[in-house]
Amino acid sequence: MAARRATRWHIAVFLAPAVLVYTAVMILPLFGTLNLSLYRAEGFVGLANFRTLFGDPHWSEQFWNALRNNVWFFIIHMLVQNPIGILLAALLSSPRLRLAAFYRTAIFIPTILSFVIVGFVWKLILSPIWGIAPSMLQAVGLKFLFQPFLGQEETALTTLALISVWQFVGIPMMLIYAALLSIPDEVLEAAEMDGITGWSRFWKVQLPLILPAIGIISILTFVGNFNAFDLIYVAQGALAGPNFATDILGTFLYRTFFGFQLQLGDPNMGAAIATAMFLIILAGVCVYLFAIQTRLRRYQF
Amino acid sequence: MAARSHPGRTFAAHAILIAYTLIALFPVWVIVINSVKSRRAIFGAPLAVPTPETWDLVGYTTVLENGDFFGYFQNSLIVTVASIFFVLLFGAMAAFALSEYRFRGNTLTGLYLALGIMIPIRLGTVAILQGMVAAGLVNTLTALILVYTAQGLPLAVFILSEFMRNVSDDLKNAGRMDGLSEYAIFFRLVLPLVRPAMATVAVFTMIPIWNDLWFPLILAPSEATKTITLGSQVFIGQFVTNWNAVLAALSLAIVPVLILYLIFSRQLIRGITAGAVK
Repeated sequence: MAARRATRWHIAVFLAPAVLVYTAVMILPLFGTLNLSLYRAEGFVGLANFRTLFGDPHWSEQFWNALRNNVWFFIIHMLVQNPIGILLAALLSSPRLRLAAFYRTAIFIPTILSFVIVGFVWKLILSPIWGIAPSMLQAVGLKFLFQPFLGQEETALTTLALISVWQFVGIPMMLIYAALLSIPDEVLEAAEMDGITGWSRFWKVQLPLILPAIGIISILTFVGNFNAFDLIYVAQGALAGPNFATDILGTFLYRTFFGFQLQLGDPNMGAAIATAMFLIILAGVCVYLFAIQTRLRRYQF
Repeated sequence: MAARSHPGRTFAAHAILIAYTLIALFPVWVIVINSVKSRRAIFGAPLAVPTPETWDLVGYTTVLENGDFFGYFQNSLIVTVASIFFVLLFGAMAAFALSEYRFRGNTLTGLYLALGIMIPIRLGTVAILQGMVAAGLVNTLTALILVYTAQGLPLAVFILSEFMRNVSDDLKNAGRMDGLSEYAIFFRLVLPLVRPAMATVAVFTMIPIWNDLWFPLILAPSEATKTITLGSQVFIGQFVTNWNAVLAALSLAIVPVLILYLIFSRQLIRGITAGAVK
């Protein structure tokens, strides 16, 4: 421990740069944005922006549409991305599996690519003009299943969510894989002594032990999804077509803040949407911290 | 242990993993092989590997003539390297203060800095842009570096302070006996010991910065400050019907990241498996 002196200036010196940059560029603008949502160009208006956002049909329709789409986007991630991630991690962690490092490296590659690449790559592959997707479906006799997935209102959002799943499945895979590796061998050997092996070992022994890691990936997925923007913007543009079918909160915020085509940019309404997003994310984080994390038993080895 | 491996189960595991690996790699593969083919071959046989008859680099020449990709690449490199430098330096300093000294407000400062792990910096965009306009930093790389430094700090402080708690007290106290200042202890004793953790933080910080589209689009969209991510997005938007150019631009954006990843993947994976589930 450091010797006690009257003022230990070095502590302040060590902390100052990080705290200053973080406060000036992240915390103050965050509160500044929350604050801006209470103003209009003419001055302080209280909650009027929120009344417009939720009360004016022109705005509220767009907001609820974006929120609904965002919830569906999140549900797809929870139902598809996280189970696939857990399955892949469970397979990778099986003892003495050859080529495990190769699989791990390869499956993580989409995660490091930018949204721009991912968005355009899938747009090209699914494009009816190029015909890679139809000809591949034809090869397995399923050509009748082909539709212009990104161009139809009913399928566009689900398709984009699945593309995002394709990109990010590496993250749950890695985190679960790490959690599985941290289970000591003695626990698994004890289970084996009791005759629990294979899949039942996974369900009865390993899965309960990795629940905290599953909690972490769920909240990371939640925050990431409700803050998503890039993939939709790259694949469908700021108008989140067709007919706003893929509009999520991030694209709605961008369009409102900057304006698009005939619509003028509106920083105050943008700030109101950002505030709504902040409250949604905060609510999710609180549910995680107080309701989920405290109930999960943590096992110490 | 030998009794545990069942041939059937191992086979099934490999089959699933190979299938998923193909799904993960196929799109990248299709783009890269088609980027060096002629237009006719791109549409005629999209899945065929390029042969001498179909080999054509017209896409790449279009890209290099029409887009300032070297400029974009340089901007991305400057922004990423500078941000990582500041994240590591400031993050390590703060992590050292939090893990080494007991002082009033220690826990509170730690929690304050950790807020940013969960709350995305994007939500403050409206006010960040106003601040940057007021400071005259719009369309400068400095604006991006500042934002990315703030964005990267919370996780860096969190991970690095975990590691710094493990640095032996005896070593630091021996340094103090020898009359080293606290700064010298940090820079000469502690920093070299946490270098592996710094490398992990660097990789984690790098990927989202390099790939970000939101802040370059909003804070620095001018031609001189475009990053490679924004540059390729704009370029592809303009050349959307020129398939050779689009495929070549995509390949140019993929390949550098892929090479970096293959160099650092061991570090990245070790970092995730060591620090993530604390």
